Amino acid sequence: MAHDYESSKKTAVKIITILAVITIAEVLFALAGKGYIIDGWHVPTAIMAGVMIIMSIAKSYLIIYEFMHMKYEVPGLVKSVLLPMFLLVWAIIAFLYEGDAWKGNRDTIKERNELEVNSLSGSTGMIYQMKKEEI
Amino acid sequence: MAETLTHTDTHEAQGGWDGASQPFKASYGKLMMWYFLLSDAFTFSGFLIAYGTLRVSSPTWPVPDFVFSTFPGGIHHAPLIFVTLMTFILLASSFTMVRAVQEGHQENKNGVVFWMILTIIGGFAFLGCQAWEWNNLIFEESVSYHTNPFGTHTEYGTYLEGDGHDINAGDTFVPGDSYLIHNHEGEWHHLQYEVTQGEDAGMTKKQSFGPKAFGALFFCITGFHGFHVFSGVLFLLIICINAASGLYVERKNGYEMVEKIGLYWHFVDLVWVFVFLVFYLL
Repeated sequence: MAHDYESSKKTAVKIITILAVITIAEVLFALAGKGYIIDGWHVPTAIMAGVMIIMSIAKSYLIIYEFMHMKYEVPGLVKSVLLPMFLLVWAIIAFLYEGDAWKGNRDTIKERNELEVNSLSGSTGMIYQMKKEEI
Repeated sequence: MAETLTHTDTHEAQGGWDGASQPFKASYGKLMMWYFLLSDAFTFSGFLIAYGTLRVSSPTWPVPDFVFSTFPGGIHHAPLIFVTLMTFILLASSFTMVRAVQEGHQENKNGVVFWMILTIIGGFAFLGCQAWEWNNLIFEESVSYHTNPFGTHTEYGTYLEGDGHDINAGDTFVPGDSYLIHNHEGEWHHLQYEVTQGEDAGMTKKQSFGPKAFGALFFCITGFHGFHVFSGVLFLLIICINAASGLYVERKNGYEMVEKIGLYWHFVDLVWVFVFLVFYLL
């Protein structure tokens, strides 16, 4: 038992160290990818997002399996808690697709508003726009 | 009398279940804590997906490393440093919680109380940081649930006036550059600029507000998480006092309450991993 306790203490220190290192890596990557650390060095947004998401999932795996002791639970418990989370995969795809469609609608509305503005040739009340010669 | 005792014994031997066997070899309390956390995970996912949907639907979105770049002591232009500190505080408190649970397995009362007190301090430190962050956003930068002064340029241009902070008249900007519209005693100062390229070249425009939803989503989601941290700290306090009073020494399941609040506390940390990802990193 005493040996068990000592080794679990060591595991806890190891896991917290890995979590801290991943967090630092995430922040450094987030800043470096946007050109804060090396001037003019940028990483495409899609790659940035992918790497961040993978690192975050790795962190959550460590928290759930090591800190919350999920790895010592029976398979039935693990499945009944973790499998429902996969429903979110579709929720994320569907809602982001929906959000993109809203963006399309916003653009259409903006275009139509602009058409009207031009025919009225007056202030829109929405956007402060003036021709340069008018000031 | 003898019957009652036997009954209690079987009852406790089954980890709080009434039946003959323990489903999933877990005690009733622990299994229900897992299912509560599952439902809570869906609540948070709903919020974060709503954030993603609204963000994708907006033409521009405030850039996190511009919005979250202040640090206590009047330090500006320190992107993400303060939230990284908050993340480390929460991670550290997760570690101390693990240690408290381990001491509980050893039936070491003083160890449990010591590590739980450290966890509680971590929880309060995190809440303090969040209070500072909210205070800064609400009173210094005038973000509210209905107004978002953090905008992003979509055109090339030159400022015609300065704001007395970071922007001077004559400064140029490119699409994607961020700005903060300052509020002086209730009045918004939308700076004028001249568009230098594109369809509207030569026109004079004023800085417009950023997407409205940003403030509401930020305060709602970080507030909901902060509320979880706060209630977690309260439960930690109660369980710490119970442990210190020796209540769990006599219990058959020992320090299981410490394990259960530990699960909750790690979950709060887990949610922060994703709040951190969605609000600050992406």
